[in-house]
Amino acid sequence: MNIAYLIPLFPLLGFLLNGLFRNQLSKGMSGIIGSGAVLISFILSIIIFIHIKDTSTVVEPLFTFLHTTAFDIDFVFKTDALNALFLLNITGIGFLIHLYSTSYMHEEAAPHFARYFAYLNLFVFSMLLLVMGGNFVVMFMGWEGVGLCSYLLIGYWFHNDNYNYAARKAFVMNRIGDLGFLLAIFWMLQKTGSTDYDTVFAHLKDLSTTDITGITMLLFVGAMGKSAQIPLYTWLPDAMAGPTPVSALIHAATMVTAGVYMIARSHALFSMSEITMNVIAVVGLATAVLSATIALYQNDIKKVLAYSTVSQLGFMFLALGVGAYTTGVFHVMTHAFFKALLFLGAGSVIHAMGGEQDIMKMGGLRKKIPITYFTFLAGVLAIAGFPFTSGFISKDEILLAVYEHSPLMFWIASATAVLTVIYMFRLLVLVFFGNFRGAHEQAHHVHESPTPMTLPLIVLALLSIFGGLIQLPHAFGGHDYLNEFLSSAGIPAIKHDSVSATTKEYYLLIGTSIGLALVWFMIVKAFTKDGISGVYTGFKKVLAEKWYIDELYDLIFAKPILAIGTFFKNIIEKSGIDGIVNGIGSLVQYTSRKLRLLQSGKTGSYILMMVVSLCILFMLFWNQTIIVSFFNKIF
Amino acid sequence: MPIQYYIFLAAILFSIGVIGVLIRRNAIIVFMCIELMLNAVNLLMVAFSKMHYAAALTDDAKTAVGTDAQLFVFFIMVVAAAEVSVGLAIIVMMYRNVHSVDINFLNRLKN
Repeated sequence: MNIAYLIPLFPLLGFLLNGLFRNQLSKGMSGIIGSGAVLISFILSIIIFIHIKDTSTVVEPLFTFLHTTAFDIDFVFKTDALNALFLLNITGIGFLIHLYSTSYMHEEAAPHFARYFAYLNLFVFSMLLLVMGGNFVVMFMGWEGVGLCSYLLIGYWFHNDNYNYAARKAFVMNRIGDLGFLLAIFWMLQKTGSTDYDTVFAHLKDLSTTDITGITMLLFVGAMGKSAQIPLYTWLPDAMAGPTPVSALIHAATMVTAGVYMIARSHALFSMSEITMNVIAVVGLATAVLSATIALYQNDIKKVLAYSTVSQLGFMFLALGVGAYTTGVFHVMTHAFFKALLFLGAGSVIHAMGGEQDIMKMGGLRKKIPITYFTFLAGVLAIAGFPFTSGFISKDEILLAVYEHSPLMFWIASATAVLTVIYMFRLLVLVFFGNFRGAHEQAHHVHESPTPMTLPLIVLALLSIFGGLIQLPHAFGGHDYLNEFLSSAGIPAIKHDSVSATTKEYYLLIGTSIGLALVWFMIVKAFTKDGISGVYTGFKKVLAEKWYIDELYDLIFAKPILAIGTFFKNIIEKSGIDGIVNGIGSLVQYTSRKLRLLQSGKTGSYILMMVVSLCILFMLFWNQTIIVSFFNKIF
Repeated sequence: MPIQYYIFLAAILFSIGVIGVLIRRNAIIVFMCIELMLNAVNLLMVAFSKMHYAAALTDDAKTAVGTDAQLFVFFIMVVAAAEVSVGLAIIVMMYRNVHSVDINFLNRLKN
């Protein structure tokens, strides 16, 4: 059944309608168009998902995108188990977030409201293109599209210069990664003559080790940019300048997981390069640790979640790096649930607080906004790994896979997981427990969000709690349905030795439970007392200032480039280019001023000049040949 | 007589004419110098004409080589005569108007 092409079609139509008629449409209409388009895609995705078991892989070429004598690149959609899962994720969570946005963005003027939904639909379209593409070129189109939409949505409130800078930063960082991706595409096109997944992976044995390592490293550079890994992660926290639902959809649930999708999709390629796999694992782990430490001392509710996202993405890459592709994809899925939930919950909190994002000015909101509190709690428990929530199952699976790869990495990753618990509990306690620390009028303003906002929260909370059960470990009587499902797309899963895995699962369960309880009591004790300032000193300040990484980049890259630019502007441009141009002008002026003196108006001097120059001409041109031979002849 | 003598004489005459035009300010003298240059050229033409004719005559008794230059000399003389009449008339008018034949005196048209 070839209905796959309809899935991205509807968001595209939604984008065109909302974009072209943004001045005519009422807010209600653009909300319906925007959400409805994604809802239809979601329903179609469910149909695809149900049928994918029987058909396993559907390749659907639409038209030839590029035709050359050397190669053809088709515009082709390919659906299999892997992207069917992503389709559900994108359109499902996308729909919930569209629904949420209709209420969250309600204060915007109608044209801007429609513009918002146009961007959001364009994003969903690009993301669908990215995951449905049957070759790397179509994937790259979507890849660029989501980058563009991310830029547009971060800079959605373009009257604020800082937001524009954040948007620009995201775009530039992404471009660095995109360059890597593009070079990888060129490389594989050069070596295999195709960008089709199947053709490329069929040609793997023809490639040398250098080729594979080079291609995979470049692809990973692309993933670094899009999925915010060290060293290209700094754009993601700044991307929180966009509206909160955008942060939830693009910068937590879907776009940033594109890198994971890409690596899972090209696992055949990545599995052949041990170097790249190790690099991915190490970079993922380092990112997880670094951003978790930063998240400990952030005071902006969205910044905490942003760094937590970077940290979780690090976990996903760690899983991919140790070869646990299905686990990485599984964590993408569960992370999409609970991180979208947390961001939307944060949006609800911000909404209740009238735009306040500083958690130091919140506190005690538990009673005032109960639905937001309970759903947020579900999200926190899931990401913290409360036993049998989705985050617990996916993170434990990652940890087990890492343990088999390297115990050292396992302990570091476990420590990071503990950090995750700490900063999430800190966030929860600071926002919902203790006494209210904000201004007096804010306290009166606090109110629960309307139904279109709370409904997605409830749905996502249920998913966050129970969504992981499809992969419940055998030790607890579950079955790895997801692994089985993904194996139909050829994604290999790590097989655990069942006896030792069971033991480890129990250790992890006990360790997690005790750890959670301990951290909970410590955090509640530390953060419910009065007089929390939110001002840090010493090493805490270094963490609160994000390890000064932004300043470091500024020093290493921005400043020298700026200096070179200034040098070129002031020296090369001013004295060089301008010097030549102006020099020619003044030279002409100078010589003509001098030559003008010859124009004396005296007939005598003209004649003299004529005679003299005639004599010179004779000398110059006729001297050797004509005159000499002439005189030779007559004398 | 060798042709060199004619050439030297013509060259000297021509140079005198040029120098006269350049350094004298009296319009009549300048005019005479122009005539001198014309006649230097005439002399040269006649001299070469005679030389070529004499050379060709040894081969062919009925030759007319070189004689056309002598015709040109007549043309030049006629043009020079016409020019003299016009030029002298201008000089006369100039004298009547400004009571001077200084060529630098009439340069005030240039402003």
